[in-house]
Amino acid sequence: MDSIVIEALVRALAVGTPLLLACLGAILNERAGVVNLGVEGMMAVGALAAFAVASKSPDASLWAAVGAAMLAGAALSLLHAFATVTLRANQFVSGLALALIGTGAAGLLGKKFEGLPLFNKVPDWTLGGFTISPFTVAALILAGLLAFWLTATRGGLTLRSVGENPAAADVLGVNVGLTRVLAVLGGGALAGLAGAFLSLSYRSSWADNMTNGLGWIAVALVIFVGWRPLRAIAGALFFGFLYYLQFRLQGNSNVPTEVFSAMPFILVLVVLALAGVRGQAGDAPAALGRAYVRGER
Amino acid sequence: MTAPSAARTALVTVASVVVALLICALVFVFAGQSPAEVYGTMLRGTLGDPTGLAEVGRRTIPLLLIGTGLALAFRAQFFNIGAEGQLLLGAVFAAGTALFLPVPGALLIPAVFVAGFVGGGLWALVAAALRRVNVNEILSTLMLNYIAVALVTYLIAGPWKGKDVRGYIYTDNFPQGAWLPTFSGTQVHWPTLLLGVALALGLQWLLTRSTFGYALRVVGENPGAAHYAGLSSTRVATLVALLTGGLAGLAGAGEVAGIHHRLLEASQISLGYGFTAVIVAWLARGNPALCLITAPLMGVILAGGDLLKIDLNLPFRVVDIFSGVILLCLIASEVFVRHRVQWGRA
Amino acid sequence: MKGLAALRPAPVKGWTVNQTQSSAGPPALRLSGITKRFPGVVANDAVDLTVHAGEVLALLGENGAGKSTLISILYGLYQPDEGAVELAGQPVRIGSPAQARRLGIGLVPQHPLLVSRHTVAENLALGRVGGLFPARRVAGQVRELSARYGLEVNPEARVSDLSPGEKQRVEIVRALLGGARVLILDEPTSVLTPQEAEGLFRVMRELKADGRSLIFISHKLDEVLAVADRVTVLRRGKVVGGVPTRGATRESLAELMVGRSVDFTRKRAGGPGAEAGALLSVRDLSAQGARGLPALRGVSFELRRGEVLGVAGIAGNGQSELVEVLAGLHAATGSVTLDSQALTGDAAARFRSGVAHIPEDRIHSGTVPSMTVAENLALRDFERPPLARGLARDLTATDERARREVEAYGVATPGIHTPTRLLSGGNIQKLILARELAGQPKLILAVHPTYGLDIGATDQVHRVLLDRTGDGAGVLLVSEDLDELLSLSDRVAVMVGGSLLGPFPVAEVTRESLGLLMGGAHPHSIPGADQGPTQNGVMA
Repeated sequence: MDSIVIEALVRALAVGTPLLLACLGAILNERAGVVNLGVEGMMAVGALAAFAVASKSPDASLWAAVGAAMLAGAALSLLHAFATVTLRANQFVSGLALALIGTGAAGLLGKKFEGLPLFNKVPDWTLGGFTISPFTVAALILAGLLAFWLTATRGGLTLRSVGENPAAADVLGVNVGLTRVLAVLGGGALAGLAGAFLSLSYRSSWADNMTNGLGWIAVALVIFVGWRPLRAIAGALFFGFLYYLQFRLQGNSNVPTEVFSAMPFILVLVVLALAGVRGQAGDAPAALGRAYVRGER
Repeated sequence: MTAPSAARTALVTVASVVVALLICALVFVFAGQSPAEVYGTMLRGTLGDPTGLAEVGRRTIPLLLIGTGLALAFRAQFFNIGAEGQLLLGAVFAAGTALFLPVPGALLIPAVFVAGFVGGGLWALVAAALRRVNVNEILSTLMLNYIAVALVTYLIAGPWKGKDVRGYIYTDNFPQGAWLPTFSGTQVHWPTLLLGVALALGLQWLLTRSTFGYALRVVGENPGAAHYAGLSSTRVATLVALLTGGLAGLAGAGEVAGIHHRLLEASQISLGYGFTAVIVAWLARGNPALCLITAPLMGVILAGGDLLKIDLNLPFRVVDIFSGVILLCLIASEVFVRHRVQWGRA
Repeated sequence: MKGLAALRPAPVKGWTVNQTQSSAGPPALRLSGITKRFPGVVANDAVDLTVHAGEVLALLGENGAGKSTLISILYGLYQPDEGAVELAGQPVRIGSPAQARRLGIGLVPQHPLLVSRHTVAENLALGRVGGLFPARRVAGQVRELSARYGLEVNPEARVSDLSPGEKQRVEIVRALLGGARVLILDEPTSVLTPQEAEGLFRVMRELKADGRSLIFISHKLDEVLAVADRVTVLRRGKVVGGVPTRGATRESLAELMVGRSVDFTRKRAGGPGAEAGALLSVRDLSAQGARGLPALRGVSFELRRGEVLGVAGIAGNGQSELVEVLAGLHAATGSVTLDSQALTGDAAARFRSGVAHIPEDRIHSGTVPSMTVAENLALRDFERPPLARGLARDLTATDERARREVEAYGVATPGIHTPTRLLSGGNIQKLILARELAGQPKLILAVHPTYGLDIGATDQVHRVLLDRTGDGAGVLLVSEDLDELLSLSDRVAVMVGGSLLGPFPVAEVTRESLGLLMGGAHPHSIPGADQGPTQNGVMA
């Protein structure tokens, strides 16, 4: 009985891993005051970049593959940073453009990788009889590190201040633009890492549209977990469990499979509505979504 | 010293599209494709021959309808990104009406359109209702897209699965009375096109000349002033959601009644019209009438994307790159449109 | 390591407390010939200014006299076009606020610039303390400084829970943590009660005794006389006088400041008597504020026909909510009648029943900056004839009326189709007046109607409001400027903690008595304000 519960937990964690990684990245840039809706696109290019490097030869370095994924995610997010921080364009629309560009570019450049085998997928670890991906362990550690870094370090304090009151930070000599650009790049790198998990570990292959809305759920998750990294673990676990249930129950019940595939998205709406009713939107960083212009308040 | 002139705005808009096309060319180089071949293929096959023009026309219809509604929605700061889902719901309602409702023949086509409008409008109203509890409509409309896809799949594979089809999932064909007439030899269903042109002009009038349009602009441009003057933002958002969703629903009805004549898989009903229409509305800078120019433009890109898929074996997702890059260049270019000059002192 | 060094108390050695001695050495700060030009205006014109160690210098001047520009130059936000700055005899160039702080110049801004969600310690650690647990490491220093100068500041408190006075103290601590020897206080008393201001003055005297130099910006003459050693007066960008406060009087300073002899007479001849009858009657009004706290607690009063009723109070004591409730923008319990009719409905309905509202925030709620002058003038009645026929707007009628109003109120604009964001504050306010008063309102709610306006525009706004009382309209005037209230109102009420004290006939109150009431003193303990609400209010 216990092992079934643990089994479910481990499985949920596995499915929740990309959500957690992408959500942590989004928390990073949103706490600095920048919304990036382009997670879906950054995840897609990350997944492709990792797969392209890893599938080159049987002895390709997996570290290089993971690095390529993070670099690809960050590179795409640089567009967002330039548009929204430097040119002060609308963050929501720019993020949408990023999602389109990312999924589109991954589809175009990834066509030749479709159906290719991956010789060396990232090996799972065995812990107490259960297999767990190193990505999952990394995501959990990253959540703790991010929580600590945000609350207990100078850098974290600077980043949070820029997201709450950029004018106050600016007058104290903080480079608001640079802080925001770095936060966006960090968010992009983590979204890319989430993509690498999909193509190197979880599916060990590349397919067009393999992110299938996970990026959007990650963005919604940020609101649900109140911009807190440790709560993101619980949030990712919750949605991971939902996906796990979907696999388990598909075909084993009279409920049509479409109901299950729609379930995560319906639940996102439900939890967002609950968060809204509870007034959780008030937890958002005060300057979230707004470009900073010196002298304007 | 005054507001940005229309000429300047137009110039910046055209320039940003040109820059976007150049950036896309770079992406093609990176993907190992000759940009000249890509653009050549797209232009020759669309504007170069009558069949191509008809293909552009066919794709312009949903883009025009949805883009017109989105232009209005964006002016009200209602960021509806879920036109894709609203289109599908419009298609579902239209198909349900055509297949199962005992509507007299002469009224069938109007009923199909009304049903499409209602379906799309209701789907957008879900997002408007969620907005009242502070759920960002970008996220909610996106989630509703995925749910709409699942709903369509469920219907065509389950309760609405055609009696005469084997191995595929779609519904039976609509009765002939529900088929929209087309220009001969093409798939351009002209009643929908006519509706789109009329609505683009009508909504432009609504925006600039009607009391509702005035309230919509106040709500969109300064919610604080709307509150102060006692204009209900909720009422405006609800009506705008109904209109923009309804127009997407009309587009869905047009697609199933004008082209496919049955309800089929979501990816076959819509080629991402809902997303591409965002660019149509943004290019038109929130003016419904200007969608009459920008919708055919994006129609060329969608039709061209089809040709790239067939002729050059590129994935249709190429279209997303065009859309994304154009959108990014457009919003980035706004820096060149804005003026921040104070006139007069005290 | 660098962060730790910055935490040490500011070195003040070599800065003697004795004023006569320090005046003999180089001054702590000397500005000579500072000139700053902006397009069309010389903001600072060859300004000379010196401050010595252990001295409080008051910088006095009206709005627009060039005080803000001068501070911005001192704090490294602007570069002067001409002139030199010397600190303790050494010429310096101040390129940025960070550099100003390194040089020992601290600024306590008029509106505290703090992160509300963070604690005091987190705010003070920002940009200063490195490494792990920056907030924890700064807390000890904060406590030490608090004790030394009598600055009550709790480092663990959340800034969002602090009063304006406490936030200001956080800013002072921040400047001291940075080792400021020259401390600029930008209109520090504008957010304080007179009693809180007295507390601030005590801190200022402590800092002065410690050998620091203070520059105190104000346009309140009594405060300048109370706390400063010398006064430098700016008018239209030029220094027009520098005098020691000893021997100076309010009148002499005021004359220097505005350039003509000023008499503190009332703009208002005599208002209506009690026989005029009630126009607006408010009974037992209670409302919740933004965070669910009571913002109005059982407010009752009457406003007579043709009367100007002033409402004084420190920001955040319920004045905004009172106006919003009356304008139909905020829910409340209790009853309100206008002209013996119950006043109900939303903002649009109340405007139609004769309630005009000149809002506090003229940009963000009074107008739509991206829309044109003509469109903004139509905001209140675009849905009704003559501006609309059915669902269609009549653009010709809209433009015609806009031209009339622009002419009548002297709104300076390139045209009626210019977006209002291109207009200056004074012209936007004229536009709002034109729109709000067009329908011959019975009740005019005016919130800070002249805030930030120059003298000409202020006069025009005052004249227009007073004109309307001649036609029997009542004005509820909310202002933080006691002089404005005393010169325009027939009766004055004070809001404190959501309760309304008064109204009192204007002849029976003074700036001082109002100040005490604003700070929460009991009305009966104050001379001149001993007629409580039972005699003047609705209960009679």
